[in-house]
Amino acid sequence: MKTLFEKIWEKHVVQTIEGGPSILYIDRHFIHEVTSPQAFNGLNKRGIKVFRPNQVVATADHNVPTLDQHLPIKEELSRVQVDTLKKNCAEHGIELYGLGHPFQGIVHVIGPELGITQPGMTIVCGDSHTSTHGAFGSIAFGIGTSEVEMVLATQCLMQSRPKLMRINIDGQLNDGVVSKDIVLYILAQITASGATGYAVEFAGSAIRSLSMEARMTICNMSIEMGARCGMIAPDQTTFDYIQGRRFAPQGEDWEKSVAYWQTLFSDEGAAFDTEINIKAEDIEPMITYGTNPGMGIGVGGHIPGLGEVEEKEKPSFEKSLAYMGLQPGAAIKGTKVDYVFIGSCTNSRIEDLRLVAGFVNGKQKAPGVEVWIVPGSKQVEKQAIEEGIDKIFEAAGFILRQPGCSACLGMNEDKIPAGKYCISTSNRNFEGRQGPNARTFLASPLTAALAAITGEVGDVREYWKN
Amino acid sequence: MSKQINTIQSSAVPLQMENVDTDQIIPARFLKATSREGFGKNLFRDWRYEQDDETQPKQDFVLNNPIYSGRILVAGKNFGCGSSREHAAWAIKDAGFDVVVSSFFADIFKNNALNNFLLPVTVSEEYLKELFTAIEADPNTIIEVNLPEQFINIVSSGKKASFDINSYKKTCLLNGYDDIDYLLSIREQIETFEHSHS
Ligand code: SF4
Repeated sequence: MKTLFEKIWEKHVVQTIEGGPSILYIDRHFIHEVTSPQAFNGLNKRGIKVFRPNQVVATADHNVPTLDQHLPIKEELSRVQVDTLKKNCAEHGIELYGLGHPFQGIVHVIGPELGITQPGMTIVCGDSHTSTHGAFGSIAFGIGTSEVEMVLATQCLMQSRPKLMRINIDGQLNDGVVSKDIVLYILAQITASGATGYAVEFAGSAIRSLSMEARMTICNMSIEMGARCGMIAPDQTTFDYIQGRRFAPQGEDWEKSVAYWQTLFSDEGAAFDTEINIKAEDIEPMITYGTNPGMGIGVGGHIPGLGEVEEKEKPSFEKSLAYMGLQPGAAIKGTKVDYVFIGSCTNSRIEDLRLVAGFVNGKQKAPGVEVWIVPGSKQVEKQAIEEGIDKIFEAAGFILRQPGCSACLGMNEDKIPAGKYCISTSNRNFEGRQGPNARTFLASPLTAALAAITGEVGDVREYWKN
Repeated sequence: MSKQINTIQSSAVPLQMENVDTDQIIPARFLKATSREGFGKNLFRDWRYEQDDETQPKQDFVLNNPIYSGRILVAGKNFGCGSSREHAAWAIKDAGFDVVVSSFFADIFKNNALNNFLLPVTVSEEYLKELFTAIEADPNTIIEVNLPEQFINIVSSGKKASFDINSYKKTCLLNGYDDIDYLLSIREQIETFEHSHS
């Protein structure tokens, strides 16, 4: 009896070091401009080349502008970083989907969309949200730059085996509740460090009922619980999503692959170190009020009062609320927002844009609110335009920008100004994440869309009825 | 930057905060460099300066308080959560720290620290409290971190605690080995593995 994690892990162990980590073989390695240059420098210093360039795929996403991408990047340091990636990829024979390429986009959006991400694989990237790819039933996790160098040099990584946790979500989701709400709810329950040291498998009927894109949203934010990786066993939904994509197996290979993928699930009775059960019916549309993703509440709820916070957590809690400019015990509904950001590897896929477009169709954005919609990839952008979604946004007064990480981390010029409130479909509400002193509410695309129309935090269920 | 760690005796800087994430340690806008050097000056940038202005240090931030110094950073639980940016470990090391003590480290940060000869020492909540109390009472309190014997000690009081580290990593830190050298030495085995791995 084995868990999904164990089945994949064991297939990839090259060697186990006595009293130390395992050496894990890596099937796919994604790289981007920000965490790779020092790794290539390291290879050059050692005088070695990339070991398996065909298993590496590169894109430029973190630091790219989201307007006028056809022009040279204005900011010099950013330009140098993007050019360095180009140079390194050319020198080492790595496929690059850089600016201007029809496949360019956020690394965790393009991997699945191109069929590169497949069940049973080990996948790494110098980016913590690599956990996204676990939605396909792979072991996928973020690594640091020294580890990027390690994988470039040897296609292997030293890793200690994490403990195993399963989170079961069973039942029927309420109207207005989407996968982002599920993951924010889990975070509010187990906190931002609740899964540190664990590989988390998400299971249960509510998870099975989700589309691949919705599953990705959940695995994406498993890192926000501290998890090493998140994963979901592949099923027909997974196979249907992959079939026909550019790098998906074809013909006989396809049959063989699916036959193997069908063996990838946790056997009945397989042991987990921890198991958590959640009822889908308990989940409301969620929003965060604080400065870590575990500080979430239902949109109809109240920010915890001082009396509800443990003594030793008070200093962090008070600091957090002071940063956010919010009062303990206050209702979150009705809080004004200045910016709406719909994007990031959590929620920038075509289904997210469709959801937003469906909601705002025929409505107008609230005066004084700035709305940025940043598609996850060139292909998402193209499809949105083909479906006329861009027109709906335009009519509502939104801007559909070009693909990149954008205001998720505020590394390019897309920063939320100091003191302003942004409701964001991204994954982190840390101090300064979206710009120095910017204040972030994390929420689903639906709740963000509602705020775009009303200019405040609201409960999408009240609109759902009408 | 020292590429070896053995025994360190030093005063410590107390950062009494939980869930310190890597965006705080080094904000994204400082990640545009293509080398590993020089990140120390932007360590905790937004906690350190008013309005992002280096001439306006925030007086209440511990790194700006001249009574605290040393090669050991002591921080609240869940240190290093969030983004995988190794720049966080580079910045801490570059600012002169060789050890970070906390009751809980985020996984990726821990690996990044170890890969940069920055020793993460995990202690119990109680011991962490002892450390904060001792440093507060006397900012010159000397803390000993002994890697060969795997213990941490508040020298004045003799209060000790042991810490875990896997024996492979310990050997690496003590001798200045890095993982890549080791992996390169077993390339043949990796190639053999590839033949049987489809
Ligand atoms: S969108 Fe945000 S979280 Fe995702 S890879 Fe980019 S910066 Fe990281």
